[in-house]
Amino acid sequence: MKKFDRERVLLAVAGPVIALAVAFVLSAIVLVASGKNPVEPFSIMFEQATFSDIQVLIINQASMYYIAALAVAIGFRMNLFNIGVDGQYQLAAMMAAVVGAHANLPAVLQIPLLLLTAIFTGAFWSGIAGVLKVTRGVSEVVATIMLNAIASSVIAYLWLPSVFGVKVGNNSTTGEMHESGWVPGFSLGDAGEIYGLVVLAVLLGIGYWIVLNRTRFGFDLRASGASESAAAASGVDPKRMVLTAMLISGGLAGLAGLPILLGDAHTYNLNFPTGIGFLGIGIALLGRNSPVGIAFAALLWAWLDKASPELDFHDYDKEIAVIMQGLIVLSVVVSYEAVREWGLRRQQRRVGAELAAGNVLGATDDNKKEVAGR
Amino acid sequence: MANHDIHLTVRKGTVHALVGENGAGKSTLMKILYGMQKPDEGTIAIDGEQVAFSSPADAIVRGIGMVHQHFMLADNLTVLENVVLGSEKLYGIGGKARRKIKELSERYGLGVRPDVLVEELGVAARQRVEILKVLYRGARTLILDEPTAVLVPQEVDALFDNLRELKSEGLSVIFISHKLGEVLSVADEITVIRRGTTVGTAVPAETTPRQLAEMMVGSELPTPETAESTVTDRPVITVDKLRQQMPGGKALLDDISFTIHAGEVLGIAGVEGNGQTELVDALIGLKAADSGTITLIDEEITAWPTRKRREQGIGYIPEDRHRHGLLLEAPLWENRILGHVTEKPNAKGFWLDPKAAQEDTRRIVEEYDVRTPGIDVTAASLSGGNQQKLIVGREMTHKPRFLIAAHPTRGVDVGAQAAIWDHIREARREGLAVLLISADLDELIGLSDTLRVIYNGKLVADADPATITPEELGSAMTGAATGHLAHDETPDTPADTPGTPEIRKSPESPEDEAR
Repeated sequence: MKKFDRERVLLAVAGPVIALAVAFVLSAIVLVASGKNPVEPFSIMFEQATFSDIQVLIINQASMYYIAALAVAIGFRMNLFNIGVDGQYQLAAMMAAVVGAHANLPAVLQIPLLLLTAIFTGAFWSGIAGVLKVTRGVSEVVATIMLNAIASSVIAYLWLPSVFGVKVGNNSTTGEMHESGWVPGFSLGDAGEIYGLVVLAVLLGIGYWIVLNRTRFGFDLRASGASESAAAASGVDPKRMVLTAMLISGGLAGLAGLPILLGDAHTYNLNFPTGIGFLGIGIALLGRNSPVGIAFAALLWAWLDKASPELDFHDYDKEIAVIMQGLIVLSVVVSYEAVREWGLRRQQRRVGAELAAGNVLGATDDNKKEVAGR
Repeated sequence: MANHDIHLTVRKGTVHALVGENGAGKSTLMKILYGMQKPDEGTIAIDGEQVAFSSPADAIVRGIGMVHQHFMLADNLTVLENVVLGSEKLYGIGGKARRKIKELSERYGLGVRPDVLVEELGVAARQRVEILKVLYRGARTLILDEPTAVLVPQEVDALFDNLRELKSEGLSVIFISHKLGEVLSVADEITVIRRGTTVGTAVPAETTPRQLAEMMVGSELPTPETAESTVTDRPVITVDKLRQQMPGGKALLDDISFTIHAGEVLGIAGVEGNGQTELVDALIGLKAADSGTITLIDEEITAWPTRKRREQGIGYIPEDRHRHGLLLEAPLWENRILGHVTEKPNAKGFWLDPKAAQEDTRRIVEEYDVRTPGIDVTAASLSGGNQQKLIVGREMTHKPRFLIAAHPTRGVDVGAQAAIWDHIREARREGLAVLLISADLDELIGLSDTLRVIYNGKLVADADPATITPEELGSAMTGAATGHLAHDETPDTPADTPGTPEIRKSPESPEDEAR
């Protein structure tokens, strides 16, 4: 049994390692093809990761990637593709910013209020896609993509000065939030400040694991992802499960923008980071929907983001990092499927071999149970 | 290592049967012969010439074709389109292909009409299309994987006539089966596989089914025992006027009514696709019927969701274990939780209890003789029979009051089959009510206390398992006979429990010899 455990770990690690290696090699080929040194950009980026100010940037960025990727992953675990994390977190961040600018409660109430606002906004937005899927059979992929576009328009509308908008120069903002809603960070002196809500990201990761692996609901959700038909026969109501998973995914997505909103920006303006929801898809893929894997993937992504600007100063294009992110996603998809199939086949063969050798569970030392006999 | 030291020689113009328990390595051997898997060592020779296949396409070029257990046909295409699909280069897709199909159909007596939609064909006709597909591609050696599993006795006879036609034309057939009676009646030679190796060959004329069975399992068979009737007068499940129809108005289930008492096994005979799936879905709550009621003991459960039904004591052995019974890529212990996630020992309130579930999985694996090196391997890595034993063990563990057993021993070897029957019979003694749906008529007759025949969504006939023969039942299944099939007994009061499956299935039993 131990052997199979070790095997599972090996298989879990093999996929990402192969994917990363392939992506590095392909990126190097791209560099060579454009007449550049294929190694130096990487050494520059690795060096960046050793500076403490860059490390702070990486961790802050990763916390948002992490939450967004968790939101995507919980959908993936039941074969539900929430492509709308992007719209969900942006709308949620905006609503939280609006509430934070208008309500002014003591911090112990204000911060939970903002978190709940974000959760409910995200869940509401993804819930639309969920209800459409359950009642009308609309593909959640199509619905959430459309909802992303609608979210952009809604945000533009809310930014109007006649609604919630406050113009600051050329920038549209929602006005400065009351300080009671600011979440203090962990100051590291000159290196900068780590967002306080990084803690929330970690807690969400732990919660994600517990819910999926240690609760009845989590089992039902994973069963639905592994086999919809078997889950239905086991007593899962498929429609309710789709809706619930969609709501949870959206609720999580709603939190993705809050580390920067409550930790640094304190307003929702044109400079607010966009595209985190889409990056979350790639990160969830690379992290194999596991909370630990996603953490590594989020850090990797944040590193590529935050270390690459330095390349511009060394006569390289920082876009090499974006190329690399794309290559990782591509090779991840290929290598995971290959490793999964290989692993399944290998296990089938090994189980056959173990049985043939007489290693049957419950058999005592002697050949008490003859394998081929009844 | 699934196979080692396999020796198999198939002569031209013969039917060569391959028998063995589940997981004995028959499928692996077939995959190697058909180019789906490569052997680590050893050779294959055709007409004395050594060959190596790297894909099924290679095998086809060499004249080896396979008819799979599960048909691989596109329902919404015609027979012609299905046959030429993928082999358009051979005879085109038009008149020439049609002529070729007709010619093959006539030469081998297959009776295939090229322009019919496959969805309009019955199971036996689909199988003949599969055979023709392989012949069309120029196969001289046909591998048939459990071809009789889905057929009624009359259709089996027709299939065997086709096979005789094929071999008289000089083709060779490799025939894989569990059913020893059939093997002995159609095969010219028999090879027995056990533990991944060939343990011997037999000539049908000189072999009894019992000898063959003992070669297969490698030990003495369990002796049959007769059971007392355990039927009580306490109704457990009552189904009243259940009806379900397709959007067009065609009835899938029509006026289905029956009662199963504690300790009673009600067998439903019928050709697949006559409403069995719909009936099971309605009972377990996967798809609600349009009208009619279902009552469990004294509570009406028609509106209950699946989970509540399972919690309240409806056990479910699904027809298609891969689709409805297992999470193939999950470990065995998670599969033990499936379907009973809210019940002990799998859960404590809201929380899962993996430790207890794992512990209980180990117990099931031992008690139900699931052959596995551990409970952390995936369900997919077990053979079909062992997967089934796990499912039976899981369902029985929760002490169901009513068990839906759809094809409980399909694809399961002789030894495991007897064990599963024993478990069902034991639970029946303790008052379990069972709805048994099976394509294996011997199993139906042997295990049931009452028999009903389903045809076109209706229960058209009933029979007393003590007196009915598989042939009589088979003709009722095709709709040829209705009403009460036996003459001497009333259907509602099941008489003494008939012979157990072992008796019927026993290689010594006269019916088996006859077929």
